[in-house]
Amino acid sequence: MSDLENLKTSLLAEIAGTSDEAAIEAVRVGALGKKGSVSELLKTLGSMSAEERQTRGAAINALKSEITDAIAERKTVLRDAAIEARLKAETVDISLPVRSSPAERGRIHPISQIVDEITAIFGDMGFSIAEGPDVETDYYNFTALNFPEGHPAREMHDTFFFQPDENGERKVLRTHTSPVQIRTMESQKPPIRIIIPGKTYRQDSDATHSPMFHQVEGLVVDRKSHVGNMRWILEEFCKAFFEVDSVTMRFRPSFFPFTEPSFEVDIQCDRSGPIVKFGEGTDWMEILGCGMVHPNVLRAGGLDPDEFQGFAWGMGLDRIAMLKYGMPDLRDFFNADVRWMNHYGFRPLDMPTLFGGLSA
Amino acid sequence: MKFTLSWLKDHLETDATLDQICERLTAIGLEVEDVDDKAAYKPFVIAKVLSAEKHPSADRLKVLMVDAGDGKPVQVVCGAPNARAGMIGAFAKPGTYVPGIDVTLAVGNIRGVESHGMMCSEKELDMSDNHDGIIDLPEDAPVGSPFASYAGLDDPVIEINLTPNRPDCTSIHGIARDLAASGLGTLKPQAKPDFKTEGQTSVGLKIILDDERLCPGFGLRLVRGVKNGPSPLWMQQRLKAIGLRPINALVDITNFMTFDHGRPMHVFDAAKVKGDLTVRRALDGETVLALDTREYKLNPSNVVISDDNGVESIGGIMGGEHSGCDENTVDVLIESALWDPINIAKSGRSLGIITDARYRFERGVDPEYMVPGLDRTTQLVLELCGGVAAEAKVVGYKGHQPKIVDFPYSEVRRLTGLEVSTEESRHILTRLGFAVEGSGERVSVTVPSWRPDVDGKADLVEEVMRIHGVDQIKPEPIEKLSSVNAKILTTLQIRTRTAKRALASRGMLEAVTWSFIPEDQAKLFGGGARALKLANPIAADMSDMRPSLLPGLLSAAQRNADKGFGDVAIFEVSGTYESDRSEGQRRVAGGIRRGTASINGTGRLWSNTAKGGGKPVDVFDAKADALAVLEACGLPMGNVQIEKGAPEWYHPGRSGTIKMGPKVVLGYFGEFHPKTLGALDVSGALCGFEVFLDAMPEPKKKATRTKPPLELSPFQVVKRDFAFVVSSDVEAGAIVKAASTADRKLITGVNVFDVFEGASLGEGRKSIAVEVLIQPVERTLTDEDFDTLTAKIVVNVEKTTGGTLRA
Repeated sequence: MSDLENLKTSLLAEIAGTSDEAAIEAVRVGALGKKGSVSELLKTLGSMSAEERQTRGAAINALKSEITDAIAERKTVLRDAAIEARLKAETVDISLPVRSSPAERGRIHPISQIVDEITAIFGDMGFSIAEGPDVETDYYNFTALNFPEGHPAREMHDTFFFQPDENGERKVLRTHTSPVQIRTMESQKPPIRIIIPGKTYRQDSDATHSPMFHQVEGLVVDRKSHVGNMRWILEEFCKAFFEVDSVTMRFRPSFFPFTEPSFEVDIQCDRSGPIVKFGEGTDWMEILGCGMVHPNVLRAGGLDPDEFQGFAWGMGLDRIAMLKYGMPDLRDFFNADVRWMNHYGFRPLDMPTLFGGLSA
Repeated sequence: MKFTLSWLKDHLETDATLDQICERLTAIGLEVEDVDDKAAYKPFVIAKVLSAEKHPSADRLKVLMVDAGDGKPVQVVCGAPNARAGMIGAFAKPGTYVPGIDVTLAVGNIRGVESHGMMCSEKELDMSDNHDGIIDLPEDAPVGSPFASYAGLDDPVIEINLTPNRPDCTSIHGIARDLAASGLGTLKPQAKPDFKTEGQTSVGLKIILDDERLCPGFGLRLVRGVKNGPSPLWMQQRLKAIGLRPINALVDITNFMTFDHGRPMHVFDAAKVKGDLTVRRALDGETVLALDTREYKLNPSNVVISDDNGVESIGGIMGGEHSGCDENTVDVLIESALWDPINIAKSGRSLGIITDARYRFERGVDPEYMVPGLDRTTQLVLELCGGVAAEAKVVGYKGHQPKIVDFPYSEVRRLTGLEVSTEESRHILTRLGFAVEGSGERVSVTVPSWRPDVDGKADLVEEVMRIHGVDQIKPEPIEKLSSVNAKILTTLQIRTRTAKRALASRGMLEAVTWSFIPEDQAKLFGGGARALKLANPIAADMSDMRPSLLPGLLSAAQRNADKGFGDVAIFEVSGTYESDRSEGQRRVAGGIRRGTASINGTGRLWSNTAKGGGKPVDVFDAKADALAVLEACGLPMGNVQIEKGAPEWYHPGRSGTIKMGPKVVLGYFGEFHPKTLGALDVSGALCGFEVFLDAMPEPKKKATRTKPPLELSPFQVVKRDFAFVVSSDVEAGAIVKAASTADRKLITGVNVFDVFEGASLGEGRKSIAVEVLIQPVERTLTDEDFDTLTAKIVVNVEKTTGGTLRA
């Protein structure tokens, strides 16, 4: 065996014996570096005869090439092995838990969610949202709404009063959202289409009554809206809100001081099970009160009842929330119990829209 | 308002069934709340006791053979002392539900003898409390027929939920009139009273009132020589059916009139009246023992009927015990008067008396029926108690001035959308007792005296509509929008909504807490003003309108902690109250975090325990929440300043105020003052914030929706770190500001990345390290440029903070 063969064999053995990139680099320097064994052989080419160069020179070059390739190949193997080893070392227990997203943990109160649902529906019908203060004057809460002084209907309201001021006037906590009707008529000319959600207060407390509760009220005033239009709006609303294909509603003549004629409206439902189902069944459930705006109320709002007309309706927000989403007790709405909020609350990114559906 | 079917039929000629009547009542606005069709009494039959033998093994029991009319006598064991052969009574066979004892009968075996049913007592049939023996019927009682119809117990009872505007339907006659107008039968004419009078009502009668509206009429009649025993069975049955207790004929007649005709009456025993009767205001402190045997203390706002003995009756509300009628009454004074509805309502409320009379007078009693009602009552007294009627005495009554409404029939269409012919409208109004004059499209309608609720055109529309049928009104779409709907929410409404979603997206739960809180809590948070105190709170701890959302949220957190949920993050976006004026109601987003409830979650987690995981919340959690609200609301954050300190309920060294300009306070955040927490009786790591949504300025109106062009620098961003040693009281914010302003063009950001305090720096010193982001705009910066910029930053910081660049 020639010296070249021997060198080759020993170099290849060395290459094969390397176990990391540093070792292969050492082999490379030892063979192909400036003073490497192969490099040293190459340096002898200059002193060779042409003939010798042809044979031995070619052999040395072949050796260099072969060793270079072998080193490169070994390097790849070792690099792959190193990556393999690193990956193995980096492996973690992916069963360890991570945090849920805050947006997944947060909750929107059912009242806020319902207000957004109602806003989506009525927004589509050209309504805007109006608001007013909780602390009201007797005028806006009663007198302007055609509750005469001493009228028994005032008594039905279980009003919270404040201490009388120096003029003997006492403010009230609004017993309904209707004062905003007057405030709106005072500030805005017809046509008016508004929805009034808000807090209301009455001195009453049991599973379905709370001293603080929420109402949503609607008002339409223009030159031609009548009971038939009101009926249409309320049926459309109930279908959209309860997300059913059809509803059957029953209008009963009733009495409210601020509307004439007045109605109470029942919705047909199935109350046989623990959850009330709409769009089916044979039971009736009272769901709202409504009527044509009383001429005295239009006058209080600065409008001529022979020129303008319209209708208004009101219902309990908490109540329709309970009907739709099944909370059993109104008082829980205001207890801020985290278990209740987690269970009945809504995820912040579940925003009610008409294009995406009101509820998920 | 309760009545029975047969009573209704005294006034209404009709073939309609109970169901039809109830359905129609609801349809015309007299909502049926409850119907008792008395089906429970159906199984009871009249039966005859054929034999009654002593029970073989029980001394007090008897074994009866009972014939229920079917010729198949059954054996019944009975314990009633009055059970005897030949007796006729009410029998229930096995399977019958017995209402008075709430038991469904089965075939029994009583001491070895089988019993196939029960002979019932009045108590067992829920007729009375009488349980001394079984019902003992007259010999001619028809064996085998239903007991209920024989005893008048099968008369269905209807209860309507009467709206306060319909005094005319506090009368069964009025209800019948409504039903008749709706086509469900005809109203029966009432027999005209027909009796002769003899002599005068010899008692003096005066109305002495400063305001004649308080008693606009008073009718009185003396009937001499009456015999006041129990009223007849038919009257007792009716009164009992609607829940009234029969007392004696005279009293029962007044109660009968109250329901039959909505005409409350009062009877005085003439022998007990001393001197003249005077209608006057009560004297301050005057008392009366009323018919409910309670003593009431009166004042001049109450109108009374008095004589020389003092107050005999509270006018229109309740009679007095002293002059009441009993079985010894021989001469009776019958009162039929009118009272002011508002004063009756006020007096009744302040005295706490609820009576059928008050119920009617505060709604409005038909003035034109005052005298006819007196006559009708007299007639009933003469019929049931005998006696001789004197001529009535009527004072004060000036007659009724009817309201006349100018009514275009087209109003029905205008307000309801219904097409009702003018003939039908006229017909409906006429049947309801309205007088319609004129013949064209526009008529003059006279309102009957029993309808004080009808004032104008809209009221007449309601009358026509409810009788014509509300179900005839078809839904009709409202006019569609002529274009795509524009924005419908105001800025404040949008911000309210956004703030809620933003906070919930930070892992917080939205709460709705009470608007009224305890006084001491209100005071702790700057409230408690007199103008915001409820005069009649529902509970002592719900007395003051809240000045802040925080006390409610902090209490709620504690309640949750007490149940074992100590790590809570809750918020509320709602109103707080600075004054009783509408502008004093603020719109606030407030929230608190307790325990370890940071934005990343609660409690410990394997991945962050090393980095202080599970660490308690602090001022910076609250600061981040508060700023998140402002950011979500689209406030330009560059204009926002944060100042140290907040109102006294916050920790003075761990709280801040968010401002815009020198005056506008946008919010506060921080940890709480230990004294505040102590006073609220809450504990644990707590932080919170309030942001005033209504204090944020309206966003600037933009001329165009187009965003300004994006200018991207081609040069690389460079970061340079600096650490400054400053006095401990220097705020990091000051260093950031000084560094940022060193070159506003090149420096695009300054981040604080380390704060260090240690002995190596010396007492009262700290090191703050910042990373400055430099964005070259015109060219790549040279080393000299950097040196110049670095020098400017250092000089600026050192000059404004008194610190030095850390070596």
